[in-house]
Amino acid sequence: MNTSANGTDTATNTATGTVSFCGLCGEPAAQDAQVVQGDTVTESERPTSDAHQSCQQRLAMEPPRYCVTCRRRMKVQVTPLGWTAECSRHERLTS
Amino acid sequence: MTTQPNPRRTSTYPILETARQQVLANGEGLNESQLLEILELPDEAIPEALQLAHEVRLEHCGEDVEVEGIISIKTGGCPEDCHFCSQSGLFDSPVRGVWLDIPELVKAAKETAATGATEFCIVAAVRGPDIKLMNQIKFAIDRIKQEVDINIACSLGMLTQRQVDQLAEWGVHRYNHNLETARSYFPEVVTTHSYEERLETCNMVKAAGMELCCGALIGMGETTAQRAELASQLAALEPHEVPLNFLNPRPGTPLENQGIMDGKDALRAIAAFRLAMPRTVLRYAGGRELTLGDLGTREGLMGGINAVIVGNYLTTLGRPADADLNLLVELNMPIKELQKSL
Ligand code: SF4
Ligand SMILES: [Zn+2]
Ligand SMILES: [Zn+2]
Repeated sequence: MNTSANGTDTATNTATGTVSFCGLCGEPAAQDAQVVQGDTVTESERPTSDAHQSCQQRLAMEPPRYCVTCRRRMKVQVTPLGWTAECSRHERLTS
Repeated sequence: MTTQPNPRRTSTYPILETARQQVLANGEGLNESQLLEILELPDEAIPEALQLAHEVRLEHCGEDVEVEGIISIKTGGCPEDCHFCSQSGLFDSPVRGVWLDIPELVKAAKETAATGATEFCIVAAVRGPDIKLMNQIKFAIDRIKQEVDINIACSLGMLTQRQVDQLAEWGVHRYNHNLETARSYFPEVVTTHSYEERLETCNMVKAAGMELCCGALIGMGETTAQRAELASQLAALEPHEVPLNFLNPRPGTPLENQGIMDGKDALRAIAAFRLAMPRTVLRYAGGRELTLGDLGTREGLMGGINAVIVGNYLTTLGRPADADLNLLVELNMPIKELQKSL
């Protein structure tokens, strides 16, 4: 499935699952994200919303690296006029 | 963009007065100590230094701007430890190893050519190419040459003499291998290979008749004197092109907390590099969006820069291609055509 770059939004759901992680830094996206591949996320690991605001700004200048659903590192290809980012389990993002 | 060279104009800054005569009129680049004076000019002198650098560029290179697209054929997993690089496999970087297939590469070459670009540089994150990569490169070059009218450049790390000869034979017209930083600072930034090894590849490339593209990455914590040293060491190599990168600190790399270089220092560096190398293609490369923003991008193009990378970089995104191409139109700077670059 192809989605646009705004599929990396940390605050919305995608067609394939809840957005649990930030596409840029890979940290949990929201307060209700409790589990990361079997590990419990502690309060100290949870980034502040300010941190993710800067991630959102940075996503204008770099492609996402983490799947927002499962936090796997994605295969990212950057070309002069676009990019794709693909999770082995979830969606393929393009721009 | 119709400024005419004026060797008789006077300046309140002696080094600019000297540069006007030595570089603009005589075509002789500044030496290391003179470059340091440029890099230490006060803020008020920056516009004058950029204006002079612009006049030097017009006089010795002409008004054309060379446009290039770059692409990674093999991303990530590099065994080297360049401390700025998110593609080193030795750091905890979010960049995953991935290969680009040839149809995608050809498609990207076509899209790049459609922007008016004359250069398409294929890059691999490797210490040097192995047989598999060389075979991929040969196949890619053949396919691109069949389908796209564009010059092909490569950047594949350190080469053997045989590999240099093969690339030249296959029609690679320019090879990129950066010095990155001053010789005196290099061991702080890279420990898995030496400055001398880099120089060796650069010299073999030139001897084989390929154009040498040899760049700099500034803002890595080097001193101003080391920046002057770097410009002077690059000038001594006489590369056809110098891509000028500004550090974009990458997560997980040893330089992730380095901070972004001051924009005024970046503008001083642009002027200095042009005054060191009056005839070289001086290209805006990575990091300018962060360091200089839109206004600084314009100032650099009016201050000695005469080439741009269009669109995205290898792992990060650049300004939209249209933004740069429209800016060139606005500045009345024609894009270099293919026949002029052959
Ligand atoms: S050799 Fe190139 S790809 Fe490898 S770490 Fe150094 S800069 Fe990065
Ligand atoms: Zn984030
Ligand atoms: Zn996933």
